Amino acid sequence: MTDAARPVEQATPANAPPNLRRLVVPIIVFAGLAIAPWLAQFGTESFVLSLLTRVMVLGLAALSLDLLIGYAGLVSFGHAAFIGIGAYSVGILASHGINGIALQVVAALTVSAFFAAITGAISLRTRGVYFIMITLAFGQMLFFLATSLAAYGGDDGMNLPSRSLFFGYDPLDNDRTLYYVAFATLGVVYLACRMLVASRFGRVLRGARQNPVRMQAIGFSPYRYQLMLYVIAGMIAALAGVLLANTSEFVSPATMSWQRSGDLIFMVVLGGMGSLHGAIAGAIVFLLAEEVLAGFTEHWHIIFGPLLILCVLYIRGGITPLIERTRS
Amino acid sequence: MSLFLVQMLNGLQFGLILFLIAAGLTLVFGVMDFINLAHGVQYMVGAYLAAMFTAMTGNFLFGLLLALPTALAFGLLLEVLVFRKLYDRDHLDQVLATFGVIITLNEAVKILWGAAPLSVPVPDFLSGSIPLIGGLRYPVYRIAIIIAGLAVGLMLYLLVNRTKVGMLVRAGASNAPMVSALGVNIRLLFTFVFGFGAMLAGFAGAMVTPILSVEPGMGDNVLILAFVVIVIGGIGSVRGAFLAALLIGVVDTLGRFMAPMLLRAILDPSTASQTGRAIAPMLIYVLMAVTLCIRPAGLFPAKR
Repeated sequence: MTDAARPVEQATPANAPPNLRRLVVPIIVFAGLAIAPWLAQFGTESFVLSLLTRVMVLGLAALSLDLLIGYAGLVSFGHAAFIGIGAYSVGILASHGINGIALQVVAALTVSAFFAAITGAISLRTRGVYFIMITLAFGQMLFFLATSLAAYGGDDGMNLPSRSLFFGYDPLDNDRTLYYVAFATLGVVYLACRMLVASRFGRVLRGARQNPVRMQAIGFSPYRYQLMLYVIAGMIAALAGVLLANTSEFVSPATMSWQRSGDLIFMVVLGGMGSLHGAIAGAIVFLLAEEVLAGFTEHWHIIFGPLLILCVLYIRGGITPLIERTRS
Repeated sequence: MSLFLVQMLNGLQFGLILFLIAAGLTLVFGVMDFINLAHGVQYMVGAYLAAMFTAMTGNFLFGLLLALPTALAFGLLLEVLVFRKLYDRDHLDQVLATFGVIITLNEAVKILWGAAPLSVPVPDFLSGSIPLIGGLRYPVYRIAIIIAGLAVGLMLYLLVNRTKVGMLVRAGASNAPMVSALGVNIRLLFTFVFGFGAMLAGFAGAMVTPILSVEPGMGDNVLILAFVVIVIGGIGSVRGAFLAALLIGVVDTLGRFMAPMLLRAILDPSTASQTGRAIAPMLIYVLMAVTLCIRPAGLFPAKR
């Protein structure tokens, strides 16, 4: 068992007609998220909106992690570090009076691409469980760096002076606008990722997961493709970090602790690896379950933990394939 | 100079604690290819059990003696309840399920013992300090940890290298299917290794109770360090874990102590201490990255 990720379901070949059943879940997910703000006005609107924005933002991060786990078999245990890079790009720039979202996004993408290129180049020299541990260690490295940044809140984190501005205007101050910005980002990235995995690039990666030696023999260097993918996934997660900082108006090292990376892996596996909408569905179920359980008792982890274990032991392949199977 | 000696001793002591944790982790991984994130939790459970039994009996030694078999029993219980079902799964499932165990047990100790940190007094017969050269004094208790760590390390070395069970464990770590084919009950062997590893982690947890606060989540950071240790040492190798643990312990402790001092030579004092504090915790991860760049399988990989 050198390859940590097992193929859960065969992704449809790029040239096959779109399988209608495989479209059911993404359509339900995106349609639900699109009308949720309209339904939310009948409840406690701001609470529902901020919860669902967080769900979409973490769904975005889970989506990027699914590129690594589900399509390349690379189980990264330090993915939350990239969310942290995005969030701190907003926080650090904002504390110096730079509030424009354009600059913040550029900073987040540049720094995350740089960090991903360096750590990926080292981590990808290893396989399987070594890869898990090394990504974990790099994530921790960044976590400790953040806790020691006394000027930017250190352990306690920092409150944002304001949400990011669009060329001097502040549309994001409206929760509903922020919601739809997150929704649009998620939608665009989702479509882009679908195109990515269906492209030649994606097929090389899937080929390399199944048999790296053979891929090399036919003239591809899996290492370069995987590194490229690692950088792309890191940049998407950093984008999620930018949105997360704006959602919570707060940035702290806890965003990039290894437990958060574990949560992200869990969302991917819960939703079903290797189907991008599965990662989003996983994030929805995961965060809603957290929210519901936390409503019952302060010690909700004591229920949540065993649920996680039971999910791993008995729901193999995640919930998305489960739904798709019952629909057929 | 003697301040340097004190820090070296602290590093040695920290490294030995790490070794006690990493030894069980690396054997479990080596023999069964099982990646157990919950190993750090067993360190925490050991600490809580020791704290509880010490408070009940009023004597640290009794507390320790009671905590060991309880930690062993608890480890075996976890193995039967959860881990046994995971051996045939891939690493991803193992990571996730044991992650669930961490979440559950961190919360369970909060419910049982409260979220506030517990403290255990240093036992009377090990309190006080002994003089070192240069007029500095070093706490006896930390010396006791060093001695206990070395003693357990020696015992483990003899057990693994000089006994029949140790031979099977080594063989299992190199080639488990072959050992199994030779008629050894590898599952039983693994249960033995697992329980023993849980007890070592519990022992480490119990030993640190007088010098650290006992709190929920205390095993999590130690777990990551133990992973760094076994990755640097080479997975499955106890000797590698021993040397890597000492290396990490010393580098981490000395780094925190010396990084601000060295930086003061080139930066102004406040920037130096701030940068030093930022760099020091990252040192061991840099060390790990460099090691893996040069030797991707670690320093002393168990032969496969």
